[in-house]
Amino acid sequence: MASNKKTFDAAIVGAGIVGAACAVALAREGLKVLILDSSSAASGTTAAGMGHIVAMDDSPAQLALTHYSQKLWRRLAPELPASCEYENCGTIWVAANADEMSEVHRKKAVYDENGITAHVLDAQALLDAEPNLAKHLSGGLLVDSDAVVYQLAATRYLLLKAVKQGAEYRQFNSVASLSDDGVGLPSGERISAGTTINAAGAHAGDLSPSLEIRPRKGHLVITDRYPGFVRHQLVELGYLKSAHGSDASSVAFNVQPRKTGQILLGSSRQFNSNDDAVDNAILNRMAARGFEYMPALKEMSAVRVWTGFRPATPDNLPYIGKVTGFKNIYAAAGHEGLGITMSLGTAELLADEIMGRESPIPRQPYSPGRSAASS
Amino acid sequence: MHKIKVNGREVRVGEGTTLAAAILASGDPFRTSVRGEARAPLCGIGICFECRVTVNGQPHVRSCTVLAEDGMEIVTGE
Amino acid sequence: MNKTSTDILIVGAGPAGLAAAAAAANSGGTVTLIDENPRAGGQIWRAELGKIRSPAASKFLRALTQGRVDLINSATVFAFSGDNTLTAQTPGGSISISCGKMILAAGARERFLPFPGWTLPGVFGAGGLQALVKGGLSIENKRIVVAGSGPLLLAVADYLKTHGATVLVIAEQASAAKIRRFARGLWRQPEKMVQAAALRARLIGIPYKPDTWITRCRGPRVSKRLARELEVTIKSRGSSRVIECDYVACGFHLVPNLELPMLLGCQIRDGSVSVGDHQQTSVRDVYCAGELTGIAGIESSLIEGEIAGLAASGQTEKAKTLIKKRDAATGFGRALDHTFALRPELKHLVEDDTLICRCEDVSYAQVKDFATFREAKLQTRCGMGPCQGRVCGPAVEYLLGWEPASVRPPIFPVKMKYL
Ligand SMILES: Cc1cc2nc3c(=O)[nH]c(=O)nc-3n(C[C@H](O)[C@H](O)[C@H](O)COP(=O)(O)OP(=O)(O)OC[C@H]3O[C@@H](n4cnc5c(N)ncnc54)[C@H](O)[C@@H]3O)c2cc1C
Ligand SMILES: Cc1cc2nc3c(=O)[nH]c(=O)nc-3n(C[C@H](O)[C@H](O)[C@H](O)COP(=O)(O)OP(=O)(O)OC[C@H]3O[C@@H](n4cnc5c(N)ncnc54)[C@H](O)[C@@H]3O)c2cc1C
Ligand code: FES
Repeated sequence: MASNKKTFDAAIVGAGIVGAACAVALAREGLKVLILDSSSAASGTTAAGMGHIVAMDDSPAQLALTHYSQKLWRRLAPELPASCEYENCGTIWVAANADEMSEVHRKKAVYDENGITAHVLDAQALLDAEPNLAKHLSGGLLVDSDAVVYQLAATRYLLLKAVKQGAEYRQFNSVASLSDDGVGLPSGERISAGTTINAAGAHAGDLSPSLEIRPRKGHLVITDRYPGFVRHQLVELGYLKSAHGSDASSVAFNVQPRKTGQILLGSSRQFNSNDDAVDNAILNRMAARGFEYMPALKEMSAVRVWTGFRPATPDNLPYIGKVTGFKNIYAAAGHEGLGITMSLGTAELLADEIMGRESPIPRQPYSPGRSAASS
Repeated sequence: MHKIKVNGREVRVGEGTTLAAAILASGDPFRTSVRGEARAPLCGIGICFECRVTVNGQPHVRSCTVLAEDGMEIVTGE
Repeated sequence: MNKTSTDILIVGAGPAGLAAAAAAANSGGTVTLIDENPRAGGQIWRAELGKIRSPAASKFLRALTQGRVDLINSATVFAFSGDNTLTAQTPGGSISISCGKMILAAGARERFLPFPGWTLPGVFGAGGLQALVKGGLSIENKRIVVAGSGPLLLAVADYLKTHGATVLVIAEQASAAKIRRFARGLWRQPEKMVQAAALRARLIGIPYKPDTWITRCRGPRVSKRLARELEVTIKSRGSSRVIECDYVACGFHLVPNLELPMLLGCQIRDGSVSVGDHQQTSVRDVYCAGELTGIAGIESSLIEGEIAGLAASGQTEKAKTLIKKRDAATGFGRALDHTFALRPELKHLVEDDTLICRCEDVSYAQVKDFATFREAKLQTRCGMGPCQGRVCGPAVEYLLGWEPASVRPPIFPVKMKYL
């Protein structure tokens, strides 16, 4: 724990949504917190994300953390300012054929087991819920508790909340190195801190080489305003296949209604690209996938296209906890496509570990040491 | 002469008239802004997107960049 | 998607693009001219009720009518791919055109500065109102206040007057001393002088007030119909007065449409595209002409267009003979920049609740404390609407000193199916 001689109790590197959430949790514990970002708040991957707060069941550990985090979001929602556009719109996992319908039932059983309310929709019920979906789809699974948030405003809100609780925020302040007694700046200057939290997202591996994080590029398109056109977040059931660890690039139908009436269309996944330019080939594949599920998207006016890099780990789970080989360096990074959802849960688990407490869900699956242990 | 409909009412305009000019003549508002204000053309040349209307069912068309043609149906105020 | 190819592809059928097309048309290669408007002409030669009425334009339109240049109208270029290919949206579908050489002649737009009331219906750009009248809007007997900055105000006031409006005043923010110096300089440019003198003569009866600017505009508060009556406050050397009018035509000089050159990666310096002697940009096989290289008016656009057209079609010797004339014309542009530079008082027109971003309704109070445009965009959506920051961008660059935002395709909103 923090020694009294240090300037700060905790130095957090990265003011993305994960770093901001950690700052709130640690400041709440009474720690003297410093947050540093080489750019401005929420300008990394957080700026590129979709803001879907989703209970995702790729693995039990993934479901545990997303579900836990989702509850924390619901608890936070009443205090979020309107700019955060939090909306409990629910998700519909869309089944394109009979095979996928059986997946709907399997998924429903998993959600039931975990206390997540989900409803099976047949083809007609699906069209009633979302009249603009293609007519040939088989049905879907409606998950009530999923939500959408404008994660940029939420990050800013969290950061300001941390500052109100006494944290100090320094933007445009790069960190060059981490050590057990603080952070080193490019100038050579050192800032001492009892603990250091690496929340540098896709760049966390630059500062802590033992963290295996690879950038996984994604594209998103946003349209002009078409209020009421889409009502729930709509995701094809094949999404998990796309989100899985495979190296090949993939696309999946994923549409989000924004509170503004705008529609956000995703998603694509590509490894081995560090270029943030729009890749027309994959963008076209992604759009074509969208049209299969929702033909009327074709005529909609696309206002902007952008890309972002998900911080991906080999097993699709984030690193939360003490970094192997160090006494005082912790990781809160590597959330791939779920960092907005998982940010709040991550912060709680991290605070619990630093404060030496039990957590409501087991922390071990996210421990940075796990890859060494499992291999 | 071209006959178009603006919000259901017939408007007659000469050859080469833009939809924006025709709608301005009709006196109807153009688009409703995010917080509910009536807006009308600013730039006249396709830059500002304030003149957006629905043309034959297609929303978000910049009316200053389109010439009126017989039978066009315009809905404004959205 | 429709795919074609051409030797020389010119974007923008204003004076610069038309001059480039005419110059390249004789070279033997294929020349394609693409423009977003339903007719060629660009801004100054914008078609009036479907026809271009300026006699000066006819010489350049000949190459089109004789079929030596392929004109694609109503086509908005929105994307670029590495192999010298541009993609455009048209009413009939999207087209993708690959080319050997490209000439960008995308012109300029008005700069708008926010002031209380600038979003009211009936408050237009100056060139904006002129364009709408060219598109068939009747202004017979309308009382109009023309305001802002730049020589365009004079041309617009003249145009509005000859179309039956009463122009109550031309409020020019630049100082009387600067305008006087500028006017004297015009003697060195015979064509401009004739133009200016003719204008002045016809403008008799319209008060032209330098050192004067709009500070606010009020309209009827509760009205579903377009505002018919506006109350405009203008300020002149410390004193203010209120004028009642039907329309306001207000624009603060011009800014180049840099989105396309930026998308291609052309080097930009001081707000315009850097070009060499033959109008070549920093990007191979890409030339640039007209207002994109700096706001310098039609003569400069024509000569730059001609040089670019000649150079791109291999007629470099001929192009060389025009360089001197071109440099004189661009000198005029520098005089324009200096004369019509914005006075610092204009930074204080905005109030906290004045909207900065009209697409997303973002107020000045919401953005003023951010350090960068990007941060403000991400947090408030300022500049994230369909105009993609074309209106608020130049305004916040002036008001808050922000750097221009970066550019990504599509540079205009486009149907999803054409992405
Ligand atoms: C297209 C796309 C769609 C997505 N959709 C969703 C979704 O719907 N739901 C969801 O939950 N998640 C989604 N995600 C994932 C989510 O956006 C990320 O997991 C999350 O934003 C990661 O947050 P972070 O704080 O870890 O990283 P970041 O936001 O990248 O923050 C890291 C910060 O660290 C700073 N930094 C880096 N290096 C240094 C250094 N050396 N010194 C100082 N500062 C440094 C950076 O500037 C940055 O601000 C999506 C991602 C993408 C790309
Ligand atoms: C609204 C307005 C009115 C003006 N009126 C006058 C006037 O009355 N008198 C005067 O002397 N000067 C006027 N000007 C100044 C004008 O800039 C010059 O006189 C002259 O027209 C510049 O010629 P240009 O060829 O460089 O550009 P422009 O004439 O502006 O031509 C550029 C053309 O490129 C097209 N274009 C741009 N981007 C794209 C794209 N992505 N895809 C397809 N097409 C594209 C535009 O639609 C336009 O037709 C006006 C300017 C504006 C903005
Ligand atoms: S009036 Fe500006 S885009 Fe039509």
